[in-house]
Amino acid sequence: MDMNEIKEIFFQECEEQLAELESGLLKLNDGDRDPETVNAVFRAVHSIKGGAGAFGLDDLVSFAHVFETTLDCVRSNRLEPNQDVLKVMLRSADVLADLTNAARDGGGGVDEARSRQLIKELEALANGELPQTATESAPKSAPAGVAPPAPAVNEEGFQPVAFSFDDFDTGDEPTIEPSTYEIVFKPKSDLYSKGNDATLLLRDLSRLGEMSIHCDMDTLPPLDRMNPEDAYFSWKISLKTDQGEEAIRSVFEFAEWDCELDVALAGGTVGMEEDLPMQPVPFDLSILEEEPQAPAGEQDRAATGEGTPRNAAVAAAQTASNVLQMAQSTARVSPENARNSQSASAAQAAAQQAASAATPTIRVDLDRVDRLINLVGELVINQAMLSQSVIENDTNGTSSINMGLEELQQLTREIQDSVMAIRAQPVKPVFQRMSRIVREIADMTGKSVRLITEGENTEVDKTVIDKLAEPLTHMIRNAVDHGLETPEKRVAAGKSPEGTVRLTAKHRSGRIVIELADDGAGINREKVRQKAIDNDLIAADANLSDEEVDNLIFHAGFSTADKISDISGRGVGMDVVKRSIQALGGRINISSKPRQGSIFTMSLPLTLAVLDGMVVTVANQTLVVPLTAIVETLQPEASAIHSFGSSQRLISIRDSFCPLVDVGRILNFRGAQANPVEGVALLVESEGGGQRALMVDAIQGQRQVVIKSLEANYTHVPGIAAATILGDGRVALILDVDAIVAASRGQSLKPEMSLAAAG
Amino acid sequence: MKKRVLTVDDSRTIRNMLLVTLNNAGFETIQAEDGVEGLEKLDTANPDVIVTDINMPRLDGFGFIEGVRKNDRYRAVPILVLTTESDAEKKNRARQAGATGWIVKPFDPTKLIDAIERVTA
Repeated sequence: MDMNEIKEIFFQECEEQLAELESGLLKLNDGDRDPETVNAVFRAVHSIKGGAGAFGLDDLVSFAHVFETTLDCVRSNRLEPNQDVLKVMLRSADVLADLTNAARDGGGGVDEARSRQLIKELEALANGELPQTATESAPKSAPAGVAPPAPAVNEEGFQPVAFSFDDFDTGDEPTIEPSTYEIVFKPKSDLYSKGNDATLLLRDLSRLGEMSIHCDMDTLPPLDRMNPEDAYFSWKISLKTDQGEEAIRSVFEFAEWDCELDVALAGGTVGMEEDLPMQPVPFDLSILEEEPQAPAGEQDRAATGEGTPRNAAVAAAQTASNVLQMAQSTARVSPENARNSQSASAAQAAAQQAASAATPTIRVDLDRVDRLINLVGELVINQAMLSQSVIENDTNGTSSINMGLEELQQLTREIQDSVMAIRAQPVKPVFQRMSRIVREIADMTGKSVRLITEGENTEVDKTVIDKLAEPLTHMIRNAVDHGLETPEKRVAAGKSPEGTVRLTAKHRSGRIVIELADDGAGINREKVRQKAIDNDLIAADANLSDEEVDNLIFHAGFSTADKISDISGRGVGMDVVKRSIQALGGRINISSKPRQGSIFTMSLPLTLAVLDGMVVTVANQTLVVPLTAIVETLQPEASAIHSFGSSQRLISIRDSFCPLVDVGRILNFRGAQANPVEGVALLVESEGGGQRALMVDAIQGQRQVVIKSLEANYTHVPGIAAATILGDGRVALILDVDAIVAASRGQSLKPEMSLAAAG
Repeated sequence: MKKRVLTVDDSRTIRNMLLVTLNNAGFETIQAEDGVEGLEKLDTANPDVIVTDINMPRLDGFGFIEGVRKNDRYRAVPILVLTTESDAEKKNRARQAGATGWIVKPFDPTKLIDAIERVTA
């Protein structure tokens, strides 16, 4: 993995964080005061900032920093997240998204004035006491001491680490006079319990210059009374360095609270022997490099102070390291054992590690998935054809081929389901995009709008989601721009000044239904009618139902707004919406109540690839009825059939009446009505919720069929949703149940044409 | 033997950067996504040093450090806190919870490796 890949991951993560941020802010907006919501919001911005810093995305970092600071005020209850505050924050989230996109796509798309303005507003929210330089100074100054060798090169490129006194005279540009410091370092036991190690600190210190060291072991009790985790030693160190006191203190940065530390400049720059009462011993780094094992004998010898005075300090250092080692080894006895016993299962551990290193999801090119889906589609057809030919040739149906075939069928089905599941995605990202659109249009129109989303986790095929965004955007814009009234008008109408737009997704009978409801003025039917007459869409005296008038807005070149606004476009909106929904195999309906608002209902297939269908015969034609639409099937008895009017018939099913619809008549497969007693009735539930009994001649069987679009391969046929290829290789049409039901209510299958005729 | 590092961070980006940086520097890296998972993975990881974030869901860095320090087997393991928050108060809290040291983000590979070497033998 290289940095570019990580950067890509960063931007993917940003998208997730931005979504998290927005949904969190919206929750807060709805009055959610769960601290975890605030934390999640804070973390989202925090993570973006952290990653952006790593890639040097300064614009993003500085904006995120200001944002984060304000959020921190909310987190610590210093700022109440009221509506006004959240307004600023939601806008900031939008700018953060813009900045992220700009960073990814290389500049552009950021309204800098807006971003600066928001920074000001955010800072004002955080009490206006934000240091402007915080982003620049904070990360740079604090870690100065973290890495002694790295930042120690001064302006002249002077490398002080390897400096020795002998080199001094020949040194080219020594700018800082080396001075000798006397350091007293007395660790507390806390220092060790926090995982720090005195020997490591001394090692770091020795890298600053020439060092001599004396260990004070006076407080060390006899071994039997020694607590291996307590701190008994202190050190007096004399260090000649040109890096100043700051560098020395920075070595102890992690430990300064857990030790007594005294750093003082010695009397002179030379002659430390005279200044110090102790025997100076060069600090030998090598004793730290070796893997420290602690033989008991050595331990004792060191502890009892055995050895010459000259190496006493070395021994002391060793002891210190040993004591530590003891402390650590007591703490680690069990892990060591565990590690050994685990060696057998090393492979397993490695596998676990590999698993933990990888993210739990993989990202796959959509093309690959689509290819797989296509292939599975072909597989299903092929399997169906194979089944059919086996059945035709194997009359008793008991051969092993037949059994194997059944298994194959089941496997094929499972493969197909799994592949489909890969593509199923929640509609959440699309819905989240809508909230931004609502905010922007609300700002532009000066309306106050509240977007409520429900069922965001409803899953639907990725293709459907992708194609949903555009029509939905149009519709949302329309709802806010045309549907909702201005706050003044709303108040005058006795409504709350804030308009509500409700976006809902749910599964209904194997389809996804997306509803967009506003509580605006509803469709002004008089105006729509007049406009349609003006545009020659209908005749001046045409007699249209309310529903038909409402549906006029889906006609091309129709716009009721008196002025063409930038927001809803130029009257290309709703007809485009309708066409794109239809292209997805969906339908769109509008129902509107004056002064109460309008509801747009879109019903879309969950997947565009397969369908469980009932294969039926109608007037010698083979049709497929989507299984999801069928409630039950029944063989009508003559006594259950009731006729009324010239051609209307009802069927009584368990004490209730249901209109009987002859599919063959509706589709013009035959002229006369078929005799219901000779056929089969399919009880279907249509989109409107009402039930109808569809008359077909016979049921052939139930099958999963691969949907082949008629629009893509031929043209849209009213009453027909799509086509498929059956096991015997023949093409069968898939019935559009809702359209058939609508047609049975007297509406033509071609509403556009009837309107044209009316005009 | 390679030194084993357990990293705990909820950001996928940072996790990947840690992984690449530590592997390149010759460490064996085990990763967790939050404090809870970090504590769960202690035995698998058996780390020589731990690097942890502070702001995390489920269990934050402070809680995680306290958890490690309460565990008899791992309480002496050095813990470095990786955080963007450089202010003294946060550092102090991390320290009180038992952190050994800290690395201030933005993420700098050199600083990270230096800090790790500083607290490990």
